[in-house]
Amino acid sequence: MTDPTDPTGREAVAAVWRIESARIVGALARYTGDFALAEDLAQEAVAEALVTWPRDGVPGNPAGWLLTVGRRRAIDAFRRRSARDDRYAALARDLGEGGVVSGGAPADPGREDEDVLWDPDQIDDDVLALMFISCHPVLSREARVALTLRVVGGLTSDEIAKVFLVPTATVQARITRAKKTLAAARVPFAVPSAGERTQRLGSVLNVIYLIFTEGSSAASGDALIRLDLAGEAQRLARVLSRLVPDEPEVHGLLALLELTSARFPARTGPDGRPVLLEHQDRSRWDHAAIRRGRAALALAEGAGRGLGAYGLQAAIAECHAVAPSVDATNWERVVLLYEALGRLAPSPVVDLNRAVAVSMAQGPAAALPIVDDLVTAGALADSHLLPSVRGELLIRSGRPDEARTELEKALRLCGNESERTILRRKLSDLG
Amino acid sequence: MKYMLIMRATDEAFASMADIDFQEMLETVGKFNDEMIRAGVLVAAEGLADPSEGVVVDYSSEPPVVTDGPYGETKELFGGFYILNVTSKEEAIEWAKRQPVTGPGFKTEVRRVPTIDEFPQDNEWVQKERAWREATGQL
Repeated sequence: MTDPTDPTGREAVAAVWRIESARIVGALARYTGDFALAEDLAQEAVAEALVTWPRDGVPGNPAGWLLTVGRRRAIDAFRRRSARDDRYAALARDLGEGGVVSGGAPADPGREDEDVLWDPDQIDDDVLALMFISCHPVLSREARVALTLRVVGGLTSDEIAKVFLVPTATVQARITRAKKTLAAARVPFAVPSAGERTQRLGSVLNVIYLIFTEGSSAASGDALIRLDLAGEAQRLARVLSRLVPDEPEVHGLLALLELTSARFPARTGPDGRPVLLEHQDRSRWDHAAIRRGRAALALAEGAGRGLGAYGLQAAIAECHAVAPSVDATNWERVVLLYEALGRLAPSPVVDLNRAVAVSMAQGPAAALPIVDDLVTAGALADSHLLPSVRGELLIRSGRPDEARTELEKALRLCGNESERTILRRKLSDLG
Repeated sequence: MKYMLIMRATDEAFASMADIDFQEMLETVGKFNDEMIRAGVLVAAEGLADPSEGVVVDYSSEPPVVTDGPYGETKELFGGFYILNVTSKEEAIEWAKRQPVTGPGFKTEVRRVPTIDEFPQDNEWVQKERAWREATGQL
């Protein structure tokens, strides 16, 4: 059976891999006790499928096929490694028949092959353990992102390289290094214990958030691919929310991603230029995404443990999402939420956003001291954000000369052409 | 991108479903639905009531003729749909292959759902539809 839309069968392999990669790598990692090896085996199985499926057609049970190949390769690998390896002995016992089929791909994946690996009660834990190990704190941020996208998300190294605008070899090197690091640090393939889980979950949430922001920043790269990456982050957050439904911050993160992505359709104008929140056509927001985001936020709030950093940001995004216009936004609530966020996760950017919200709620005079404190502290020194916000507050306070100085400074620091246009327009309005 | 999986069945195939234990059917279809929810790709899904409850409005003549049906008069019946959010047509096809209600006469049609952004934005009716989507939180 060949699919006329995919004569080479490569797309079918990619689709199966995207759907199944986490379960396949997870099952092989549990089976071999060796995450790095499991990832290699899975990649070998995919390479094998890329040769076989286009020639013989896609098997009836593609995931089982990949798993069987991976398992047989595992046995070969242990054989090669050491006949004294206890694990090999155990594997040989598992086989039951005592014979090892090696080399070729299975003509028909055997039931027993699958039963050993495909334990329905284990699948969720396998995938969750995979997320935890891919996002492990011993790895660099780039490595966590690359590994998560590859083993949990099922993206190829080529796809990851395209998204991050780096050569494929760089991505492959990152992944190889990450696997070596995990092995050297003796990181076990397991879901962390209850005591450790919340803290380790923070790292998983952070990686998903990083993938999303990378996908949603229109700074560079193919916009369409990047939008897909943001979508992939949302999918990962959905998967995680099913795996750990009792963790409110997981729902908080999902809510934040849904509510943020709801604005995507409106954030660029017909000329492709970014449109600021205040000028966005709110009818173009994705209202289904807003509904999903609000539902996820309600789950986070309903846990009764208070919102975390992601939940608070989602609550702020919700204030914007439900407001018919900038002026009709509940700015008092936004201010309170930023105050809470600033205590939980202090950062100059949060303070700056709080200043903007204060200026909307109480006027520019109340907001200027917050911004001035940031200037005194030397925060955000290289960014155009602080002088452009300060400039705007000074314009609204009727202090045009000081405003001009700030906006000129912002113009010097700003590298984004569309934002520079806005700054120039403000300057020319000052006369 | 969004794809609709359209569940189709011939009259005979549809009739054969009556032989399947209802609890078993719920579990089989439920497991498939749960797989898609777990994978984070399911956006919406609806199934339709028995076609014997339905009617067909036929515009071949003026005024249109309303008859009971569509049972017994079509080659294939439409039984329900899924909307998936996936990254490629192949991924939608792969999910369709896993749909568990199978056998002679059962088919799933895989069709892309265009977004409203693909229509002319300056058209008054497209704008009206946008407003309705906004007010009701539609997909």
